[in-house]
Amino acid sequence: MNARHRYKADTLFHILLNTGVVIFCIVFATMIVTITMKGSMHLTVELVTQVPSDMYFNGGPGGVLNAIVGSIMLATGASILASTFAVPIVLYLRVYLGKRSFFASAIRFLMDILWGIPTIVYGAVSVIILYGMKASLLAGIVIVGIIEIPVLARALDEVAQLVPAELLEASYSLGATRGQTAFKVLFRELLPGFISAFLLAFGRGIGDAAAVLLVAGFSDSIPGSLLEPAATLPVSIFFQIQTPFPVVQERAYATGFVLMIIILCVSLLSRLFYSRFSRYQVNK
Amino acid sequence: MILSVVMVILVPALMLWILGSSSAGLFADKGFAAIVFGETWKPLSGRFGLFPFIAGSTVVTLLAMALAFPVSLCVAIYLSEYASKRVTAILRPLVDLLAGLPSVLYGMWGLLFVVPFIRDAAAPFFGLASTGLSIISAAMVLGLMVLPVLVQICSEVFRSVPAAMREAAFSLGATKAEVVLRVVCKKSLAGILAANILAFGRAFGETIAVMMVLGFSVRVPDSLFGSGATLPSLLANAYGEMSSHPLYEKALMTAAMILLVVIILFNGLSRFVMTRLRRGME
Repeated sequence: MNARHRYKADTLFHILLNTGVVIFCIVFATMIVTITMKGSMHLTVELVTQVPSDMYFNGGPGGVLNAIVGSIMLATGASILASTFAVPIVLYLRVYLGKRSFFASAIRFLMDILWGIPTIVYGAVSVIILYGMKASLLAGIVIVGIIEIPVLARALDEVAQLVPAELLEASYSLGATRGQTAFKVLFRELLPGFISAFLLAFGRGIGDAAAVLLVAGFSDSIPGSLLEPAATLPVSIFFQIQTPFPVVQERAYATGFVLMIIILCVSLLSRLFYSRFSRYQVNK
Repeated sequence: MILSVVMVILVPALMLWILGSSSAGLFADKGFAAIVFGETWKPLSGRFGLFPFIAGSTVVTLLAMALAFPVSLCVAIYLSEYASKRVTAILRPLVDLLAGLPSVLYGMWGLLFVVPFIRDAAAPFFGLASTGLSIISAAMVLGLMVLPVLVQICSEVFRSVPAAMREAAFSLGATKAEVVLRVVCKKSLAGILAANILAFGRAFGETIAVMMVLGFSVRVPDSLFGSGATLPSLLANAYGEMSSHPLYEKALMTAAMILLVVIILFNGLSRFVMTRLRRGME
């Protein structure tokens, strides 16, 4: 090929590439703009401060406060549950197992698989295990907690791998045991990473609908105890959008907007925490 | 600590055991071929052909990947090779955010935007009537959902190509496009493949967004503008009517089992390709 052809090919490639990027930006811009416009247009004070009335899904008055509270309760409980399992796993991987350990890579692979399993499969299995039991907030928390474990663990593991070995060695040289090093030195070092991983898992938990639909159930009131069924935002959106009434569908758009705002806040918080707390970390 | 690790190992084992024993029971009763390749889904008369759902899932996911793949490649190349630091600083968090948006929101966008577009513009253009709840709508929504994930992984792979290789190619007089295509992409081929396999698995199990724009009609998909059903939407739809036929529940568990096996297979495949890639890089 002579120089002119190569120059033309380069320009052509550049145009193609830019087309792809422009398509990407336009499509996502329409998505964000559509949801924001439709949502904010129908967003009312009533929607976020009241629980649904009896006729809510037929166009009666009320709001989705039950789903907002239910979602936050469910995601918070599930994230806390997930951390109590995920944090020890990550500490174990970093302190007790070497970088090239076969067992460690097997656990990581397993966690990747767990992350990949569709949440509906978790839901279906737990319906079998909970056979005959009523759907409840507690069941929802446990299942979503299990779903969140790999999310939290993999995110935290990425950070744990970056902690310099010298820090652990310094701790050992002072006579600390491996357990003390894991919980008192390594965990403290991981704290900023932990907070952003926690919020990542929280976002995943609040957005899940498939498993929650099967195990947490749905109700029109704010759950008073762990054993009552709980409404969540995604499930509430799903139910509202499936009704034939335009009024209710419009409220679904507004509910979607609320959900998007929550996700956005969580994501911003996670970034903020990470940059604020990582000041105190060991220089890498 | 050991307890937590044991727990993580127990969860998939327990799932495999429960789903495996249920589906083994059904297979023993009806025969493997009648379930997996049977085209009739009539739970009340005891006919549990899962083929419409398997075909629906496969078609929707393949179409979604075909739509998402070229765009994701463009964006990933742009992010790692062309974009200035300032653009990257804006675009990268945006992609992360999009990857974390709940699927319900993607489904909502599908209902607000894609479904009317298919119903009022695309289907009449081909001289067909469509409600808009169709295979192609589901594929578009699903394609959009996996896009950010693909971009994340692919741009990560591109960035792991050593800068020295690019510089060597430039010093030989290669144009930017030649460097990107013949050095960066060629070196990352395995990584791109692994990313797509992983995204395929992710898309295969997506439930709510697909359910919202696909409609639910049990048949082997025959037209892009017709509706269909997928394995996850079968599971979500059957919620609440679990015990109408003794074998019904087992059939649903078999559907879940198929999903699980596909996911494990694809994750394993992706992992295998990735380790091959890493070995090649060292």
